Amino acid sequence: MLELALHILDIAENSTRAGARHVDIRLNEDPDHDLLTLEITDDGAGMDKDTLAKALDPFYTTKKVRRVGLGLPMLAQAAEITGGELILTSEPGQGTQLKVTFGLRHIDRQPLGDAAGAMVTLIAGNPDIDFTYCHEHGDQIYILSTEEIKKEIEDVPINHIEVLKYIRSHIAEGMKEIGSEA
Amino acid sequence: MAKITIEDLKKIKERVHAETALRDGHLRVKVTVHMGTCGIASGAKEVMDSLLREIEEAGVSDIAVTTSGCMGLCSREPLVTVEILNQDPIKYEYMNSNKMRQVFKRHILEGEIQNPFVLARGAETQK
Repeated sequence: MLELALHILDIAENSTRAGARHVDIRLNEDPDHDLLTLEITDDGAGMDKDTLAKALDPFYTTKKVRRVGLGLPMLAQAAEITGGELILTSEPGQGTQLKVTFGLRHIDRQPLGDAAGAMVTLIAGNPDIDFTYCHEHGDQIYILSTEEIKKEIEDVPINHIEVLKYIRSHIAEGMKEIGSEA
Repeated sequence: MAKITIEDLKKIKERVHAETALRDGHLRVKVTVHMGTCGIASGAKEVMDSLLREIEEAGVSDIAVTTSGCMGLCSREPLVTVEILNQDPIKYEYMNSNKMRQVFKRHILEGEIQNPFVLARGAETQK
């Protein structure tokens, strides 16, 4: 996986499998401190201490269909090669919080890639879950909340193709406006 | 391009309402793009992008798109399942955006199964 957007898509999928109702995705580009922070917070089932300790082991998975679980380890590696780190905190019943830091201008940092496409895919596949995408660049901020969109469109499903198209261009425009350099 | 506003959402709502009044809101096809770590790493997002673009261009509204996790056949990803109402689901393997476009045009719209890309017919056992 060579784009942070793909990691976001992959990790948020874990939240949906943990039964989350809300998934909060936050990116913060801090050019002054040469730091890029990605935070994904959910209100899913959470993990106990043992599971949490094993979550970053590539040979640990909760799935029965295969014996490896590479999603989190690959993200951790992507962070570590840029001088960053991955911190995972969780408690049963309290959801899971993920915080990953990267060297913003480090030569090995993966580009953010198509964040709009990743969000559209998440929303299309999980229309019942509310997603927030929040992207900060210095003092500029962009926020997308599917909860707010759902209020506007009333009975039109959020995974309707027209709404997805709207979301895609909304994010693309928002990122341009805040001058994202990730 | 004009700035995208909340007004655009209202317009979409009105347009969709007018559309669904014409047909009775039934979905004819369900397409599942498998989005496990393995799927994503081998290009499932590009497949998804291509599928959504095709649906948009064809202007059809009786197709549901969803995602699913890994089903254990990681080496054959990206996988796509096409279920047409009252027909056996068809699983396609080693998909990419071009194959997705072909499957959309020939199978989903015209009902002709694209045999060279087929992995299997029928439903998978749930994990």
